[in-house]
Amino acid sequence: MASPHIMAVVTPYTVPAGLMDVLQVALLVLVAAGATALVLTRDPLRQVVLLSVYGVLLAVLFMAFQAPDVTLSALTVGAVILPALLLLTLAKVRRREK
Amino acid sequence: MTPVQRRWIFLGAIAALVAFYLWGLSGLPGFGNYPGPYGDVINRVAVAQTNATAVVSAVNFSYRGFDTLGEEFILFVAASGVSVVLRHLRGEQERDDASADWAMPRATDAVRLAALAFTGPIVLVGWYLAAHAQTTPSGGFQGGVVLASAFVLIYLAGEFLLFKRISPVDITDAVEAVGSGGFAVVGLAALGMGLAYLANFLPRGSTPGAVSSSGTIALISFFVGLEVAAAFLLIVAELVEQTLLARQEAR
Amino acid sequence: MQIFPFVVVAWILAVGLYGIVTSRHLVHQIVCLIVAQSSTYVLLLGVGYKTGAVAPYFFDVPDHTPAVDPVVQALTLTDVVVGAAVTALLLSLAVQAQKRFGTLDPQELVQLRG
Repeated sequence: MASPHIMAVVTPYTVPAGLMDVLQVALLVLVAAGATALVLTRDPLRQVVLLSVYGVLLAVLFMAFQAPDVTLSALTVGAVILPALLLLTLAKVRRREK
Repeated sequence: MTPVQRRWIFLGAIAALVAFYLWGLSGLPGFGNYPGPYGDVINRVAVAQTNATAVVSAVNFSYRGFDTLGEEFILFVAASGVSVVLRHLRGEQERDDASADWAMPRATDAVRLAALAFTGPIVLVGWYLAAHAQTTPSGGFQGGVVLASAFVLIYLAGEFLLFKRISPVDITDAVEAVGSGGFAVVGLAALGMGLAYLANFLPRGSTPGAVSSSGTIALISFFVGLEVAAAFLLIVAELVEQTLLARQEAR
Repeated sequence: MQIFPFVVVAWILAVGLYGIVTSRHLVHQIVCLIVAQSSTYVLLLGVGYKTGAVAPYFFDVPDHTPAVDPVVQALTLTDVVVGAAVTALLLSLAVQAQKRFGTLDPQELVQLRG
């Protein structure tokens, strides 16, 4: 017998299923377009900026798939940590390329 | 093999792969018709069994804790691998510390203000996320990366010497070791008490979803947060140090 | 809508692999690898989704509300973080490759020996 929760706010699921479908389809199309743009950009420095945007798009898609934990990880990793690592690497290799 | 030939071979291979994948897909239930039963069973019993309202964290640190231990060790090895691969080659030496700050272009005042103003709140948010794994969408992994991004902010603000001083390699190494070792030791402690490895042996608390409930889940999440933050800090510090190395001219 | 997310997964994977095969810069190749990895995250979350279900957090919804599968979410969330660390390892290999061989072009690196 489960003891009563500390219920903060009761949030019933009020989004109609059709609207959720439209949202998910739109986000999936955006993610596919973002992936294509990311691959077709040949300059790594521009790719870093696009990767940040792609990370945010992925995070919103994961939210639409009812996965807030994955959203948090993907947002931080894709928008902050990965661009920081890539920019540091590019700073190092570009200095040697000159 | 010329690049054009490579491209055509690739296109043939990927067409075959996608066709095979779509053929396999036709036998699955469609999107949105998840048949269960494992996910449904866990959703039903997790809150009663572990007193944790965040079922994903309960799965991560209790039901499938062993897999998470393995993933954490991958993280540990990747951080060590970065340190090993980026060791100083023969003939490289680090530029003088005093010229390090000066050699980089100075960050503008707007960047410095924003970065330094947000560092405190981000550390707070990271700590909150690592400590609340069992109540709301949070957990050691998310909290750890948010904490690591606070350190990246300090570097971006141009305070490079401060960054070096607050991330000494030995202390960060020790923190990372405590994080991953702590997780393994919690499992061994359960073994020592005669239960299975990584069994949940701490008191579960009375109300589900409180910060102090759910036994070992909160403890493991704290250790994981330490380890992830330290691993990413080590990786970023190694890469930053690489941008400072100057090669002596070969004679 | 029944198979559209999975078709998008196949597209992202194909695009990522195309980028890896035809790349002329190691860092560009690593970013294409990141894209290919992200297709697996979308696949995992798509498999566990139930129409009309909520996220598996019962802090503010009553127990036994229909929820999506938590196991695939647990897998994906550790994957995202560990994938970033492995990417860092690949980037450090790229840095050392440029120091040893002087070039970041994967098609030239194949021909250099010793």
